[in-house]
Amino acid sequence: MFRGVPTANRNVGSQIYASILVNSIYAMVNYPVTLINTLLAPLSILAVVTFASHGTLLPVAAEGALIMNMVSSGTSMQGDLSHLKNDMRLQDMVVSSPTGPGIYIMGMALSEIVYSIPTLAVLVVFNILFVHLTAFGSVILFLDMATIFTFSVSLGFLLSTLSSDIVQSWAFSGILSPILTTIPPVYYPISYIPLPFRYLAYISPTTYSAQIAQNAAHFISISPRFRGCTGRFFFP
Amino acid sequence: MDIQVTDLSKIYSGNVSALNGVSFHIDHNGTFALIGKNGAGKTTLVRILSTQLMPTSGRAFINGSDVVQDAREVREIIAAVPQEARAVPWMTPMQTITSYLMWRGYTHSESRTMARDVLRSLGLEDQENLKNRSLSGGQKRKVLVATALASEAKVIFMDEPTTGLDFISRKELWDVLAGMKKDRLIILTTHYLEEAEQLGDRIGIIDHGRMVDMGTLEELRGLTRYPLSLKIFARNLELPDVTGQVRRLADGEIQVLTTEDQAYGLVTSLLASHIRFNVQEISLNTIFESLVQGGANGE
Ligand SMILES: Nc1ncnc2c1ncn2[C@@H]1O[C@H](COP(=O)(O)OP(=O)(O)OP(=O)(O)O)[C@@H](O)[C@H]1O
Ligand SMILES: [Mg+2]
Repeated sequence: MFRGVPTANRNVGSQIYASILVNSIYAMVNYPVTLINTLLAPLSILAVVTFASHGTLLPVAAEGALIMNMVSSGTSMQGDLSHLKNDMRLQDMVVSSPTGPGIYIMGMALSEIVYSIPTLAVLVVFNILFVHLTAFGSVILFLDMATIFTFSVSLGFLLSTLSSDIVQSWAFSGILSPILTTIPPVYYPISYIPLPFRYLAYISPTTYSAQIAQNAAHFISISPRFRGCTGRFFFP
Repeated sequence: MDIQVTDLSKIYSGNVSALNGVSFHIDHNGTFALIGKNGAGKTTLVRILSTQLMPTSGRAFINGSDVVQDAREVREIIAAVPQEARAVPWMTPMQTITSYLMWRGYTHSESRTMARDVLRSLGLEDQENLKNRSLSGGQKRKVLVATALASEAKVIFMDEPTTGLDFISRKELWDVLAGMKKDRLIILTTHYLEEAEQLGDRIGIIDHGRMVDMGTLEELRGLTRYPLSLKIFARNLELPDVTGQVRRLADGEIQVLTTEDQAYGLVTSLLASHIRFNVQEISLNTIFESLVQGGANGE
């Protein structure tokens, strides 16, 4: 009746692609409005910071928006995984299938990147226009983004294993974005924070990411000694 | 196909004991229907067998592979549709089935072809590109069932696949399941006993975390003390002495559950007094009631 041919060599690429289809491409195809949905948050903070600083912080904020995008794509994994696990029971269907947990999670992580490609494209254009990076600086920025994404996707995964329903995942998402991207010195230089509080900023991994990004663009210089880590800000 | 379960127990956190040393052996293809009251342990058993949940103790093997230690091998040959699974509302039936088949390792184009075939056979070809959210409840369930049916899995677990379906839709699904079961084993839980009767080549009755009885309908009937049911269409009738169980039904009729010998005598006397009646083998409903509730018929 059906082509139920047993697949001796299952196609791992297909298994990864299945997660990407379900968690990003189908949503984008079925609801094109989602294409701009991830763009809104980074772009609006970018705009506010730029206006409030009379344009001087635009380059820093452009990098900051990139970081925010990587962090929120990574942490979205939390809501997406728990939605598919708890509300759809889709994860159980995948568990009882030849797709192993590692492949499933890898596909889901990639799907978060795919989902943010439209936003990423816009932000990369912003960075090309306003942040003048050397080739070496671009490589550093790329590795920096990959690292912060890995961090946030792992955090997203960890939280999804803890949350048992959607209300809990909403709560997690609501907490993560401000404490990782809005409050820490991601869109602005750390030297703007009064000294005693500056050390608090180092609790957030995004602070390090922003420092590396700003250093790659020579906005700040990170000296080998810790003292310098707070950064000095070179701006016209 | 072969499933061997030995002394399987599951105690959830909070000391809730869901399975209490379940043991059984299935060594045939076709449909195995699992019935039992709410909370009897059906879902727990199905989730352990489909490698979604760890047992607290005991072992289970599917085709010789341990569901815990050899989970990878088991997952190659099984598919499951969980009790609370829902078709993702913003996906289409085509996308739902295609992606599931890709998780099973088929390429995108193979999966689409297989998905189209199964959707056609379920009469969903006109809905294949609508969003799942715009389908009726029954159509949504069919889409989920279709994912497993379209696959090559040899052992398919379906936890209450027809709950919420109207009678016609259920019968449509029965036909599909009946067509699919020839070279596979479908383990299905249900609260519709006529469905278990219709579909189940064998039926397992689970109660308080134990497999109370299992077998063909005939075999289960043989386990009850009174395998025949006489329905007598007369009110206020003085019944002759009969060994069995007498019930006054809501509409005033009388039902007598009894043995073949006893039924013979009773029928003779009813015929002599021109009282209308019918005789039937007891239904699964009655068997279930007697075996699970430990009613007089079961003791
Ligand atoms: N995650 C859980 N945590 C704690 N207890 C649970 C959990 N899941 C089920 N139980 C308990 O285990 C017992 C068996 O539940 P199970 O879901 O297996 O029953 P069931 O036969 O499938 O019932 P139903 O017909 O209502 O679906 C019940 O007493 C239930 O309360
Ligand atoms: Mg159940």
